[in-house]
Amino acid sequence: MPAPLHLAVALDGAGWHPAAWREPAARPADLFTAGYWTDLVQEAERGLLDLVTLEDSLGLQSTRRDGPDRRTDQVRGRLDAVLVASRVAPTTSAIGLVPTAQVTHTEPFHVSKAIATLDFVSRGRAGWRPQVSAAPADAAHFGRRTVPPVFDGSPAAAAAVDELFAEADDHVEVVRRLWDSWEDDAEIRDVATGRFVDRDKLHHIDFSGRFFSVRGPSIVPRPPQGQPVVAALAHTDRPYRFAARGADLVFVTPDSRDAARDIVDTVQGLRATLAADAGPLRVFADLVVFLDDEPGAARDRRERLDDLDGAPWTSDATIVTGTPAELADQLQDWAAAGLDGFRLRPATLPHDLQAITRAVVPLLQQRGVFRRAYDGRTLRGRLGLDRPVSRYAATRTPEGVSA
Amino acid sequence: MTKQVHLAAHFPGVNNTTVWSDPAAGSHIEFDSFVRFAAAAERGLFDFLFLAEGLRLREQNGEIYDLDVVGRPDTFAVLSALAAVTEHLGLTGTINSTFNEPYEVARQFATLDQLSGGRGAWNVVTSWDAFTGENFRRGGFLPEDQRYARAKAFLDAATVLFDTWAADEVVADRDSGTFVRSAEVGDFTHRDDHFDIHGRFTVPRSPQGRPVVFQAGDSDAGREFAASTADAIFTRHGTLDAGRAFYADVKGRLGRYGRRPEELLVLPAATFVLGDTDREAEDLAAEVRRLQVSGQTALRFAEHVWNRDLSDLDPDGPVPEFDPVEGEHTIAKGRASVRMFGDRLATARQWRELGATEHLSLRDVVIRQTARQNFIGSPETVARTINDYVQADASDGFILVPHVTPDGLDPFVETVVPILQDWGVHRTGYTGSTLRDNLGLAVPARGDRVERRVAS
Repeated sequence: MPAPLHLAVALDGAGWHPAAWREPAARPADLFTAGYWTDLVQEAERGLLDLVTLEDSLGLQSTRRDGPDRRTDQVRGRLDAVLVASRVAPTTSAIGLVPTAQVTHTEPFHVSKAIATLDFVSRGRAGWRPQVSAAPADAAHFGRRTVPPVFDGSPAAAAAVDELFAEADDHVEVVRRLWDSWEDDAEIRDVATGRFVDRDKLHHIDFSGRFFSVRGPSIVPRPPQGQPVVAALAHTDRPYRFAARGADLVFVTPDSRDAARDIVDTVQGLRATLAADAGPLRVFADLVVFLDDEPGAARDRRERLDDLDGAPWTSDATIVTGTPAELADQLQDWAAAGLDGFRLRPATLPHDLQAITRAVVPLLQQRGVFRRAYDGRTLRGRLGLDRPVSRYAATRTPEGVSA
Repeated sequence: MTKQVHLAAHFPGVNNTTVWSDPAAGSHIEFDSFVRFAAAAERGLFDFLFLAEGLRLREQNGEIYDLDVVGRPDTFAVLSALAAVTEHLGLTGTINSTFNEPYEVARQFATLDQLSGGRGAWNVVTSWDAFTGENFRRGGFLPEDQRYARAKAFLDAATVLFDTWAADEVVADRDSGTFVRSAEVGDFTHRDDHFDIHGRFTVPRSPQGRPVVFQAGDSDAGREFAASTADAIFTRHGTLDAGRAFYADVKGRLGRYGRRPEELLVLPAATFVLGDTDREAEDLAAEVRRLQVSGQTALRFAEHVWNRDLSDLDPDGPVPEFDPVEGEHTIAKGRASVRMFGDRLATARQWRELGATEHLSLRDVVIRQTARQNFIGSPETVARTINDYVQADASDGFILVPHVTPDGLDPFVETVVPILQDWGVHRTGYTGSTLRDNLGLAVPARGDRVERRVAS
């Protein structure tokens, strides 16, 4: 019996193709409403998917990497993904919710309490995708610093990327320490002594690094999962190191089964070197999907969308254009390369999401490689990740007296 | 014409009015508590729910303060989740302008406003506090005299951002391939002494134009800030006369900004204790005060005045004869009440005199001195008192802070609200869909705040 697959979907705007909003089934006028996101995530939950990710950025979408363009024919505008996830949480009950939040210009203290709270409002279904912001245009929104050019391929650019990821490493470390800064049983409500908390179980994190320092503890008690799931997207060596050091789940972008095998070996090797004590690292491959039952229909649709957008669209991830059965075959084939699962990026919404939930999932169920019901566990539990003990509790003496 | 009473509800949390030892008290963190609290407020047809803020756990004598509720969830995440389980209730978050940046906060409030269909509100507060700054990468703090200047600049910048998208910016016309109307969508540039930012904002204009802005602060600078920019002001005034004086003062400041009195609501915070009779409520209130101010809590309050460790003192004994420690150092960190007492020597003298003349213990003096505006009595008495304040122009309504989480609001909703409705001073159904509708505030025109600033 093959290992069960994990499946995630990545939600972004009207879908990942820039002309997706022009599809007949699209709801482009609703993109900034709660109902739009609720409907999509509920559809994903009906498909029993492990989790959804919600894309975000600090700047307006663009065809350029360094800043906005002036196009009016593509979706422009975004809501804050952490708030969208929080808004959706009470309307769903089982699916994991993994919003993107930046690490370059934001405060780790704010990110930590927001994701911890998402874990409370979703009862243990929260995750976080930390994202580095390298666009000078994003930095200008804050006016506090400039970001050196990172897209020109120069040695200086490589050094700048390294600095941004070093800062991201620290950011994730601080967020995780803050999640641990309250031990699980810190709230005691001891009427006899009048103490609401046992302050020996609250910890200053006292992080001091090259980029910032944070004292702690968090203002939010330890979240239901202890540590919400940290998920990183990584294409190359430096992001692989970032993921291996700080993430529970990494989304990678192989272009073949063999490439998937190499990437899995690379990131798992880095995990063993950089963070062997951190528990397992799950590896999902990202695939963009155009799916139609009728052979050839998906290709026709993709070409039609490319025509509308004015150029063939490419992606950082492999694009699968075919039938649900073809995708199911490919998922099973690639999974054998050591992947734990896949994050599917629907090219158009809701069409390709529904193809996943209503066609691909039933096929995988028939083949015995996908769940037939949620098991009631937290997102960590569903991914086979233990609930960690607070690192501060772990260092307490047996008598419970901290030095 | 009879004024309508505006009612709002403050989710109780990190303060000494929350009686967490009450057997009826539940979690102040679990989302279900917020759901129940919001449901009660919405049953009572309240205007909004209000969350306070605190970005560092309070400390006293160098240790984390453990006698009150400790900890609270993230404001934006809770309010956004509450938008899913409420239909009409405004969602007001207190967000500090010191440890945040305008672009991020504007984006979060604009998102909340979208996701709630126009029910978001921002209580703009300031901080000067290096203690809290230790949790943030910008660290440090502001000289106290600059905090309103930064707050004003912060709000100016956020308003510029809220105004970047036209109300009809999203066209989404498939045939012509026009998603947004303008190639300049979201463009902004804002430069002043505090911020130099430019770029493109990502969130469309909300159904209520932009979030409602609340402001708290009794200082002259705070009043002026509110008069120039806020939609509502929070206060705390114990007596009818003090309330009327404050009300007249702030409403009188609006004219110089080209604003009318009804464009700024005055909403004091108040606690309440209800009983079947006034006598029963008084007894209950005395009991509640004893629970709110335990002997240990009384000593901690006294330490704020004396500015030294008083652990060895007997709270049921007399007010100490020795004088407070003077100086910049404060024994308590992260709490607003430290500043509440002002001149330490004078406060200590006043407490001693009160204790001596009325034969009160230190704890009893603290109970007396830390009382907030509260409504105590039968439902009729409380309804009448509230209505009297509103009709006498001492306020436009109240933000109620129950002392039990999360169900402490229920008795008020079940008994006082129907009386106010009978008198025709509280709505019997929501009429509008946005918070501005419910508060009787107009949707602001794009760019109006900047124009007003230029004109003033």
